[in-house]
Formats: sequence, C-alpha cells, structure tokens
Amino acid sequence: MLAPVNVSIESLNLMTLVPMLIPIIGALLIIIIDLFKSEQDKSLYVMLSLLILGVDFVALVDSAGVFANNGTIMGVFDVMLIDGLAILSQFIIVGASMLFIPLALTHKRFHEFSYPEFFALFLFMIAGFQFMVSTDNLILVFVGLETASLALYTLIAMHNRDKSFEAAIKYFTMGALAAGFFSFGSMVFYALTGSVEINKIAAVLAANNYEDIGFVLIAVVFLLASFGFKLSMVPFHTWTPDVYEGSAAPLAGYMSIVPKIAAFIVAMRLFEFLIHSGVVWLEVILYIGVVMTMTMANVWALVQTDVKRMLAYSSISHAGFVMAAILIGTTQSNSALFLYWILFSFTNLGSFSMLWISRQKNLPAHQQSDHSYDKFSGMVKTAPVAATIMGLFMLSLAGIPPFALFWGKIYMISSAITGGYTVLALIMALNSAIAGYYYLKLIVYMFMKDPLTENNGHVYSSNATLPLRTIIGIAAIGTIFAFIVVNQLLEFVTLFVYNSGY
Amino acid sequence: MLDHILSILVFFPALAGILGFVVNKNSIRSYGVAVATIEFGLAIWLWFAFDSNVSGMQFMEQIALVPAFGINYIVGVDGVSLFIVILAAFFTMIGIASLGEMKDIKNLIITLLFLQMTMVGVFVALDAIVFYLFWELSLVPMLYIIGAWGGPLRIYASVKFFLYTFAGSLVMLVGMLFMAYFYYQATGEWSFALLDWYRLILPESFQNWLFVAFFFGFAIKVPMFPFHTWLPYAHGQAPTIGSVILAAILLKMGTYAFIRFSLPLFPDASVYFMYPIAVLAIIMIIYTAMVAYAQKDIKQVVAYSSVSHMGVIILGTFALNVEGITGSIFLMIAHGVVSGALFFLVGVIYDRRHTKIMSEFGGLASVMPRYATIFGIMLMASVGLPLTINFIGEFLSLLGFYKQSHILTLLAGTAIIVGAIYMLSAYKKMFFGEVTHEENRNLPDVNKKELLALIPLTIITIWLGVYPKVLLEPINKSVEGIVTLMHEKSITQEAKLRIPNVNKDMGLITKPEREAH
Repeated sequence: MLAPVNVSIESLNLMTLVPMLIPIIGALLIIIIDLFKSEQDKSLYVMLSLLILGVDFVALVDSAGVFANNGTIMGVFDVMLIDGLAILSQFIIVGASMLFIPLALTHKRFHEFSYPEFFALFLFMIAGFQFMVSTDNLILVFVGLETASLALYTLIAMHNRDKSFEAAIKYFTMGALAAGFFSFGSMVFYALTGSVEINKIAAVLAANNYEDIGFVLIAVVFLLASFGFKLSMVPFHTWTPDVYEGSAAPLAGYMSIVPKIAAFIVAMRLFEFLIHSGVVWLEVILYIGVVMTMTMANVWALVQTDVKRMLAYSSISHAGFVMAAILIGTTQSNSALFLYWILFSFTNLGSFSMLWISRQKNLPAHQQSDHSYDKFSGMVKTAPVAATIMGLFMLSLAGIPPFALFWGKIYMISSAITGGYTVLALIMALNSAIAGYYYLKLIVYMFMKDPLTENNGHVYSSNATLPLRTIIGIAAIGTIFAFIVVNQLLEFVTLFVYNSGY
Repeated sequence: MLDHILSILVFFPALAGILGFVVNKNSIRSYGVAVATIEFGLAIWLWFAFDSNVSGMQFMEQIALVPAFGINYIVGVDGVSLFIVILAAFFTMIGIASLGEMKDIKNLIITLLFLQMTMVGVFVALDAIVFYLFWELSLVPMLYIIGAWGGPLRIYASVKFFLYTFAGSLVMLVGMLFMAYFYYQATGEWSFALLDWYRLILPESFQNWLFVAFFFGFAIKVPMFPFHTWLPYAHGQAPTIGSVILAAILLKMGTYAFIRFSLPLFPDASVYFMYPIAVLAIIMIIYTAMVAYAQKDIKQVVAYSSVSHMGVIILGTFALNVEGITGSIFLMIAHGVVSGALFFLVGVIYDRRHTKIMSEFGGLASVMPRYATIFGIMLMASVGLPLTINFIGEFLSLLGFYKQSHILTLLAGTAIIVGAIYMLSAYKKMFFGEVTHEENRNLPDVNKKELLALIPLTIITIWLGVYPKVLLEPINKSVEGIVTLMHEKSITQEAKLRIPNVNKDMGLITKPEREAH
C-alpha cells in the first residue's frame, strides 16, 4: 500500500506553466470555434492567434518581472525552470511568432491558411518550444521538442506543393533520427548519473570526477549529433536548404529563427557545463563544428542560383556563427547570442517576407525557380522601394554598420576575443567577408542589372497586403534603428543571462 | 550652432538626401547643388571658427550610443582632419555642379549626398566604432555609383572594390575590438573612444600585432602595393564623378587613418614597421609609375599616377616626424585637388569622344586650347613643379623621410622624375602634333559647367602652391601634438630615437616653408 502523496498546490508553483498554457488553450479555442462554425475566413484565425500570442507575451513580461525580483523559479516538481535564459528565449520565440503570423494574410490565396488546424498546430508548436527552453529536465526537453517538431512537419506539408511534401518528409526523417539520438544520449546520461536533470547530471559527474569519461563521450556525441540536426550544423545540415526551399518563404524564415533559438538554449544548458568542466575534446569538436558550419555554409551559399536557397545557407552560416557563443561560454558570449538572435530575427524574417510578397503561383517560362536571382534583376527600376528594403536587409545580414546585425556581430566577435579565442575571432571576421559576396550578389542584381523581361514591378509585391507591408515595415525599422535600442537590449540581456548564472 | 557644427556637417547631406526623394527629377540637379553649397559654406564657416593655435580636438560632441559596451558618438576636428573635411565638401559641390547628362540622375545625386555623409563622418569620428561605421558605410554608395553608372565591366569592378575593402576592414574591426579589450583590462571599462585609447601604453608585441590588423584595413583602402589591384579597375569603370570622389577623398581615408590610429596608438610598432612600409611605399611609387607609362588609356595613366603619389603620402607619414607627417597631410589635400581635377579633365574628353584611348587623340591643343591649358597646369602640378600645390607636399614628405633614410628618399625622388616622363609623354600624345583623327577636328572646348569645376581647382592649385601657410600652420600645430604624444608613449629606445622630441627642436618646420615661397 503506497503512502498517499502530499503535495501542496503552492509548492507546485503552477504559475510557471502559464506562458505555455496560454498558446495551448488558444489552440484548443481555435479548434472549438471550427467545430461550432467552420469555413471561417483566415483573418479571424490570424487575429485570434495574434491576440493569444500577445497575451502570452504579457505573461512573459510578468514572469520577467518576477525573475528580476526573485531570481530563478522552479515549479511543478522542479521540472520547470524559469531562469533568464528561459525568459529571453521565450521572448524571442513569441515575438518572432507574432511577426510571422500576420504573414498569412496574403493577397493570393494559399491553401494552408484556410485550415484552422494550421493555426492550432502553430500555437501547439510554440507551446512545445516554450516547454523545451524552460526546463533542464531532458525528458521534458524531449517532449517539447517532439511536440514542436511534429507540428512543424505538418505545417510544412500543408503548403501543398510537391516540394513541400518532399521537404516535410525529409525534415521528418531527419528529425526522427535526431530524436533517436537525443533519447539515446539522454539514456546514457541517466545510466551514468541516475538523473535526467542537467544540473544533477553535472553535479554527479563533477562529484565522481568524470571517471566514466568514455560513456560521457558517447552520450555527448549522440546529443551533439541530435542538436547538430536541429541547429543544422555541418555535416548535419543537408536537409536545411531543401526543407527551406520546399516550405513557404515565411515559414522558412521562421524555421531559421525559432526552432534554432530553442535548440541553442538546450545546447547552452547542456554543453557549457561540459566545456567548463574541462572536457577538452568536446571543445575541439565544437570548435571544428563551428568553423566548418560558418565556412562551408558560406561557400555553398556563394554558388546558389536561387535566393531562397542562398538565404537558407546563409542562415546555416549565421547559426554557426552564433554557435560560437556556446563554445566560448562566457557571460558576454551568451549575452551576445541573445542580442544577435533578436537582431537576426528582425532582419531574417524581413528578408524572407520580401520573398513571400513576390511569391508567384505559376512560374514564367524563363525562370528556373521561384526566387532565382534573375527575377530580381533591375528591380530598382520597377519597384524602387521594395528593392531598397531588400537591399537594406542584405546589408544588415552582411553586417554593414549601422544596421541591426552589425551590433550583434561586433559583440560576438568581441566576446570571442575576451574569451581568448583570437583565431576564432579572425575566422568569424573573415567569414563575414565571404558572406558579403553573396549578399552583394543580390544587391548587384537588384541595383545594377537591367530587367530581363518587361515587367511593371508588380511581380515584386503581387502578394502584398497591408498586414504584410506592416510586418516588413516593422522589420525594416528594427533593422535601421537598431542602434538606438542596442544599449537597452544589451543591458537587459546581460542582466538576465548573468542572473541565471551563465 | 557652432557647438553642433560637426554633427550638422555629417548629417545635413543625409537628411537632404532623404528629402531629395521627394524632389522632382527635373529639379534635382539644382537641389543637389544647393545642398552641397550649403554644406560647403558650413565647412568654410568651420574653418573660420577653427582656432589654429590649438593642437587638440575642437568642436567636440559626445552622445552615448551603446554605453554598456563603451560605444559613444564622439566627433571632433583638428588640423589633420579639418582640411580634408573641407575638401570633401568642396568636391561634392563641384562634382554635382558639373555633372553631365546621365541616366537616373536623381538616384546619383541622392547617392552622392549619402556618400558625403559617410566621408565627413569618417574624418570627424573620434570613436573607433563610429569611425568604422562611416568607413564601411562609405562603400555602399560608391558600390552603387560604380556599379550602376560605370563602364562595361562595372559590376566586376564594383564588387571587387567592395569585397577588397570589406575584407580588409573586418580584420581591422578585430583589431579595434582587441584594442577595446586591452582598454577594458587596463581600466575595467569598455571604451572605443580614440582619445581614451591614446592614453593606453601597450607592450611592443601587442602593438605589432594590432598594427598589422589595422594595417590591412588601411593599406587596402590607400591602396598600398600589393593590395592596389582593385583601384585601376574601379577607376577604369567608374563614371567621372565616381573617380573624382574616389581619388580625391575616399583614398585619403586610409592615409588619414594611419595618422589618426596607427601612429599615435602604436608608436613602437610604427618604428618597427617603418622600413618595411617605406619599402612597400617606394615599390608602389616606382612600380605604378612604370605601369602608368605603359598604359594606353589616359584614365589608367591618371589612376596609376594617383596610386604612385599615394606612395609618397605613405612615405611622409612614416617619416614619423613633424615635417614628414605635415607634408603627407598637405599632400593628401594636394593629391585630392590635383588628381580630382585630372579625373575631371579625363571626364571632359570622354564626354565628347566616348573613348579614353590616347592614340585616338593628338593635336588637341589646337582644337581645345583652354582645355589644353588647364590640363597642362594640372599635369605640371601632378609632376610636382615648384609653385604648385603638389610640390609643397612632396617636398615636405621627402624631407621628413630624408631624416630617416637617405637612400630610400633618393629612390623615391627618382620616381618623381619617372612621373614627369609618363605624364609629359601622355600630354604629348594627346595634345601636340597634328590632328590625326577627323572626329577630333571640331571638338568643342570646355563649356561653362565644366569650367565651374575646373577653374576653382586651378586657382587652388596655384594659390596653395605659392602660399601654403594657411594650411600648413594649423596642420603643423596638430601634427606636433601627435608627434609629442608618440614620443612620450614610445617605450623602446629605437622609437625614442626615431620619433623626435618636438619640444626640443621646435622651429625646424619654418625652413621648408621659406623654400616653398
């Protein structure tokens, strides 16, 4: 006869669950609405999702306030861990989602947005990512990761093109493999330490002085491979360009930001204690991975003929750049990661949205793919404003000051220098120079070449509506005027990262 | 208003550029000229308000930008930067005023106004990151000018220009971040302010490494041998206005940065690298002069001669004494005026004949006498004839370096003779002899609009050649400050010897001035 379990509701600290429950309840609400009255217009669901995310954002502001006053909060049998990293990453997740969801209000009719399930799945996915970042329990990480990933595979497939199915299947297969690796790695850790919580694993490993280093190696290799897939680190990146190409442009932009920040957080929690504990070979592996990811992705991006694939490779390269923060592992580098990713989400979502508003349903004869470079040649003559904004995003991605990403870039390189990784800092700088070429290539096409065929510029904004323009406007303003907010952002981020002990 | 005059000088053109989008394209030319004239007036006002007895920074402004990381918007001007700022304003003004008929002229003028913001910004910024910001940003308008209005190979040339400079300056950025980190280690605070950095004394090995990092950024911009290969392409393909601004102002960013950053921050490294850099500079002078002689295209001749003279500027800078540095700054102005004017002149003939190949011309002196006269004066100035502006700068630079090494200075001196050969032979091919091509017989002489640009340049060339004191005095004052700082900061015995103690041997500078008269 088991003794009755006595747990007081207060000790569960259920308030820690609120930010995740909001999108879940919202998703259920959307499904219920559909049950009662189906065939509603997509604008209803878009606005509902936006409102729900807004409420979620406010809840996050609330828990940020609690964190600022009381420090890290544990809850629900110490499974939930609301620290600075969790709050910052949830801000990015929810913020980027709020920028993403109005992009569904396109001028042309796209299949997926007519389903309420799209929006319900979208909100479930956000909840999944939120769970993933606000715990250090490997099982909950796994649950969050799988919830989010399964929802995401479906979202990709709902675009309903041959390439989208291909992309979804590819992503699903790779994701399943990564999930397998993840659970295997966690299992080894559990076998070694008797715990699935990262801080306990760290404590036990430190206590026995890493005597089972061989097994730690196996576990870390599996986990690294798993996160390699999720973060599209070279050589686990091969799915990325195909998946991005197959998905709708905004979803591709979204995938380059939100799933990655979630994976970064888990990687940060997991790998930084290992690096700090002096597991040298992990540092070496990560070093090689970071340099390879940055450099190889840049080189591949150089030879692309399609802008979307170029942007896919470029976001791999950016992820590699940011992965360096985890390798360096100082407070400055971790703050740089957040700063970089916040600024990156504006610019990158902006550039993918620019592709989205020029989405064609049928390809003209002279075009190989929907977003080939040729399509953009001479754009400044026919659509000067759109060309200028696109050029702006490209300059920002290339890291030209004073646009958004420049500030993230210098802070990241500076953190490499401060952390003693001088060569890495140089490699990062030189990679920015390589990257300059392919961003420049698009600018060259837009500003210096003549249009291939007669068009009146309508093609570049054929899909545009007021909500889409607003989002692009927000992204552009965020990109240009970043220098005004960088200081506040930096202080805020540093405070939160420092108070979480990273 | 004088308290904020530098910020106004920097941001007025950009603001005007943004408003320019509204202006109708038939009136944009007048708008551009008006804006550039106001800017030039402000720059002249700055000169009048400038106190030439002060060697330090004047009109300083400071606004916190990212205080958590030590980045502040700090601007200020001293004798080193004052005249380059005025030159930038001047060239933008006459550049826009003399623009010929071109496609998309509205975009071009707005781009030029943005370019002006970045140019002025580079020369007044006193915070490394703000400096870097304008430095990088200046690439974008120039990329567009070369890439959109250039010749057949324009895209290749513009991308090459951009990537070369971009790669170099990223290495420099790493150097800057390192410097800030050293400052952080020394004081516990982040700072990118140049005047703060000046107070930092670094160990020699660090100085050498950082010097190299900064060197990449600056040397590519100058461009020093062997990084000069982008320049002939950029000049060859750029439209006239692009070449003019590039030669007159953008290249000066590199040499200016050597004086502003490399010398005072790393005095020992400057001494350590003095000979290697001097050798590079001399190779650059002689080699490019020889290449210039082999060119068939008059614009390439001017482009290579421009590189060759940049070598003299570098040599003067790395003389590391007051004469040399003053001379090199003066030569920057002189080179700006003269090579800017030469590119204008090439543009004049290109507009008429749409070719730049010298063999297509011949006997132009009889067809276009006024053009031939102005070209002749500028050519003499470029060669370094006494009583022209270039002579003062070259003379002082070489005099300065003569104190460091006799042989190298002699070598550099011979290069000036080579310069005379290729310039005079180019002049002979184009202007003397019979008119061989029928098309050339009825070419119209320079028109009013072109004279608007060329006459002021000619006047400046001769005026400052005869009476350089107005410039030399403020420049000299600030340079003395820099050399004093370098002497005090230097730690090695070698550097103490090479960098003179200004307070001890004051008054040397008056001698070359007398000779110049």
